[in-house]
Amino acid sequence: MIRIEKLEKNYGNIKALDGIDLHVPVGELFAFLGPNGAGKTTTIRILTGLTRLSSGRAALNGHDIESEPLAAKRQCGLVPQHINMDSELTVLENLDIHGRLFGMKPAARKQKIKELLTYVDLIDRKGSLVNQLSGGLKRRLMIARALMHEPRILFLDEPTVGLDANIRRRIWGLIKKVQQDGATIFLTTHYIEEAEFLASRVAFLDLGRIVALDRPETLMNRMGAWAIDQLNAEGMRTRCFQSREEAREFTAGQETGFTLRRVNLEDAFLSLTGKKVQ
Amino acid sequence: MMQGLIAVYLRELLILKRRLKRQLAGMAISPLLYLIAFGYAMGDAASFNGHTYLEFLIPGLVAMGSMTQAFGIATDINVARFYWHIFEEFQAAPISNAAYVTGEVLAGMTRALLSIGVILVLSLPFGVVLHYGPLFWLAALLNSFVFAALAVALAMLVKSHADQSLLTNFIITPMAFLGGTFFPLERLPEWAQTILWALPLTHASGAIRATAFGQTPGYQAYLILLAIGALFFWFALCSVGRARD
Repeated sequence: MIRIEKLEKNYGNIKALDGIDLHVPVGELFAFLGPNGAGKTTTIRILTGLTRLSSGRAALNGHDIESEPLAAKRQCGLVPQHINMDSELTVLENLDIHGRLFGMKPAARKQKIKELLTYVDLIDRKGSLVNQLSGGLKRRLMIARALMHEPRILFLDEPTVGLDANIRRRIWGLIKKVQQDGATIFLTTHYIEEAEFLASRVAFLDLGRIVALDRPETLMNRMGAWAIDQLNAEGMRTRCFQSREEAREFTAGQETGFTLRRVNLEDAFLSLTGKKVQ
Repeated sequence: MMQGLIAVYLRELLILKRRLKRQLAGMAISPLLYLIAFGYAMGDAASFNGHTYLEFLIPGLVAMGSMTQAFGIATDINVARFYWHIFEEFQAAPISNAAYVTGEVLAGMTRALLSIGVILVLSLPFGVVLHYGPLFWLAALLNSFVFAALAVALAMLVKSHADQSLLTNFIITPMAFLGGTFFPLERLPEWAQTILWALPLTHASGAIRATAFGQTPGYQAYLILLAIGALFFWFALCSVGRARD
């Protein structure tokens, strides 16, 4: 369970987070969606102890991150946006060091490493140096490392950024599997389809504030079911409709230059903030 | 505390093991050049209190080498912090600042002891016989502790690699040349000696040289090194918390 109350973070005069309130219950896969600079990473950094909060409170499974930092850290695993594995160490050594940092006993470390490397399909690469792995394999290894100490909350900061569609789908499958195993997952992304596919609830974050929070279907249904993107002299314009028939009626009198598609979270974000997520 | 400390130290040892050949070669270059250029080439042209310049130089190189190698841990910490972002792995782990600092300081001291071994091996072909008793090693250990602790403290405070190089240029390089490494301080004016006795390396090279010459140095040098080391260690503990933005 993640509880955040009036969380603020200031960098000089810049307000990176402006009074965030949030409650993520146990077992939920929750997503923060927003453009770069919205405050997604800052939120995760504060919750995982990498960044100091300016004001407000946050607790992980009841452990306040400021007054009980070590207990709070024991609750969570983190997959940061950038690859931060020790490239000069092997896959196995990276996981072993992580296990030691979280106080795992030798037998437990050995068993968990074997189990996780099988889980992320890296068992044959356990002796490889990390710098010999591809980007996709490093991402999978980072997820395995975050799961090493069996955290009850997993933070994923843009877990598939820079990966091709095929590998991204594979990592989505892995994330779903982790959730099914009982973990609470807090995900940040600026990929619309990622949030739609994975999250049971989504918060739109813009300029450090939550501007909407609901189930993806509810956020999208507010807009309608179908959308038409129309290219004109001023750029792309999107209109949303409740039914396909309504959309067709609209396009009847039009010539070319439009696309009919399903409404997505981007449309909902755009209508609320006036800007695109990606 | 112990598990975290071991994890931090073990990580550094594994990296050291992987880079061992390069690291040993790097540790050997400067002392070898100093031994050839200042020691061997000068021959008997200079002597100090009945000792040849080579005999005078080798303990100085031990003090200087252990200082630079112990302080070198700062560069590795910075690369891990700014380039590889591995420091975040430690920040997100449930380990105390003391565990992190102790692990890194031990890693710096290990590198320093390795460099002393390299210098002593390099000095063998020059036929210099010195004494390497327990007090010699204690002085070398304390010197390594002082500069490894300083390295961790400063590595946490700098904001970029460039800042780190600047600190090395302003702190380590002057100390390497002026801390009683290459010449006896008595040859300098009194006011300069007063300033140079404030440097920890001066006390370290004095104690290391005295023990290498078979003398028993005053306990003051050891106490001063221990006090400065403890101060830098405390400074490092405070600095780790500040590394959170």
